[in-house]
Amino acid sequence: MTEARVGSFGVYGGRFVPETLIPALEELERGWREALADERFRAELHELATTYAGRPTPLTLAERFAPGKRIYLKREDLLHTGAHKLNNALGQAVLARRLGKRRIVAETGAGQHGVASATVCARFGLQCVVYMGEEDMRRQRPNVERMRLLGAEVRAVDFGTRTLKEATSEAIRDWITNVETTHYLIGSCVGPAPYPELVAELQSVIGREAREQVLAAEGRLPEAVVACVGGGSNAIGIFHGFLDDPEVRLVGVEAAGAASLRSGRTGVLHGARSSVLADEDGQIADAHSISAGLDYPGVGPEHAYLRDSGRAEYVTATDEEALAAFRDLARTEGIIPALEPAHALARARDLDAELVVVGLSGRGDKDLAEALAALRPDGK
Amino acid sequence: MRKALVVYLMSEPETPELARAAVEGGADVVELGFPFSDPLADGPVIRRAAERALARGMRTRACLEVLARTRELVPDTPLVPMTYSSIFEAYGWERLAEDARAAGATSLIVADLPAGERPELRRVQLVAPTSTDERIRLAGELTDGWLYLVTLAGTTGARGEVSPALPGLVERARRLTSAPLYAGFGISTPDHAHAVAGLADGIVVGSRALQAAEEGPSALRAYVASLREALDEA
Repeated sequence: MTEARVGSFGVYGGRFVPETLIPALEELERGWREALADERFRAELHELATTYAGRPTPLTLAERFAPGKRIYLKREDLLHTGAHKLNNALGQAVLARRLGKRRIVAETGAGQHGVASATVCARFGLQCVVYMGEEDMRRQRPNVERMRLLGAEVRAVDFGTRTLKEATSEAIRDWITNVETTHYLIGSCVGPAPYPELVAELQSVIGREAREQVLAAEGRLPEAVVACVGGGSNAIGIFHGFLDDPEVRLVGVEAAGAASLRSGRTGVLHGARSSVLADEDGQIADAHSISAGLDYPGVGPEHAYLRDSGRAEYVTATDEEALAAFRDLARTEGIIPALEPAHALARARDLDAELVVVGLSGRGDKDLAEALAALRPDGK
Repeated sequence: MRKALVVYLMSEPETPELARAAVEGGADVVELGFPFSDPLADGPVIRRAAERALARGMRTRACLEVLARTRELVPDTPLVPMTYSSIFEAYGWERLAEDARAAGATSLIVADLPAGERPELRRVQLVAPTSTDERIRLAGELTDGWLYLVTLAGTTGARGEVSPALPGLVERARRLTSAPLYAGFGISTPDHAHAVAGLADGIVVGSRALQAAEEGPSALRAYVASLREALDEA
């Protein structure tokens, strides 16, 4: 009876999944605790992070992007595969191997987590199946091709919203069906316990590095840390580095049309109780964002907890604001960000704070077609 | 002893008449699906039925009305709403349990609420082939009336054969609980019914029943009667 309370964040979290998955979640929880306590696991992860993934990633001062401020970019776009998703995928692949699972299922929205999953499966010789909404496959074509080149099977989800929400449901259904052989490599700090905690721990390397780097560069902590929030894994990763520094504001930026924290209500989606976009009957609503990675009506339960406790604040940015920041960072710094962190950039530059660290969670190559099509009407 | 036949129907305006047809065909229990937009435990047939019901406005209050009308048409048959946690979360856990009971519900099934979560909510518990002995024992203690044996690792929907995992699950459940055992998921034909009747105390049919129901009450009645006959011959 107490098992089900594991992994709660205040009133959020839990394990709202069919019974079939409960033993697998308990096994995962045990395996995760054992791995965390195992020096060899930590050493292996560290080795992979440095020799394969490219950690530590740099912290870049973006002087021309935000004159008069000191905005630092935590450059997860420079991580292997081009986004922070690899931190999580590497850790879970090593964990899956410890658990004796040879088959991986994953969901993907923007395709970055799918690419990260396909990459680690190639690296470790694991079978990889990625579920992706048809609408996202259209928006993120290069990543579909990348996953296939890496040997993954990409399965189109052609019903419902045809985006990340449905892809996640299908990945969970696959896991229910193949649970004996399969590890579900969830891509964000969402899902049933222990996933939100596990993903946050694997992503917290971003925040640990960023804290050290900004202290080395400035000799002080930043006034604010800003990151985009879809499911919320890059934000939770960078926030974790500063949670114990109460003077550092933690600011999560949601897409205005997918603001689970700003406009959501308490609900249950994909195995966890959190803040979700749902109607008054509990039916999950459609999210809308130009960024496939933020186009999700749920959010990690820890973010809902941080919102309620007041430790983190959550704001929104519109598609237009994100596109403007996307273009401006390219032109002022020579860095093309993904559309997801472009939301964080948009809010960071008008934030009432001078020294700011922004999680630049991924690079924008995947978004060129979508972004250029949207920018063109302005003649820019 | 008569084997129980549980028939799942999605809540829609036509459902009370369909439920009556199912009972006339020999159903002992009717499950009433309250549709949810993201039904993780369901395969394509029930998922599509839920999408359609939602498109027709079958929100929680409308489902409760269908339940009440069904209760009028089938006064003596146990009626069990089956839904997902998000519906309870939005309506209020206790309030929905109370309102469902007032509308005629005998018990409840919440597909994504495993034994141990919300123990105060009286409901039919589910166990699966992956369940540990400890969890089967817990579900047996907490369950309301009968224990729902999910015959396979997977989602709802018809399968060719009865799951080979069922005999082992029944054997363990017999050892660990005295609750009646009704098997569901992947059971759709009279042959399946006949085979499962040799193991469990009842069967649950869902996806195939929905397909029969789409053809109207008489098709559903005939389908349910074919299962009834197979169970009674076993």
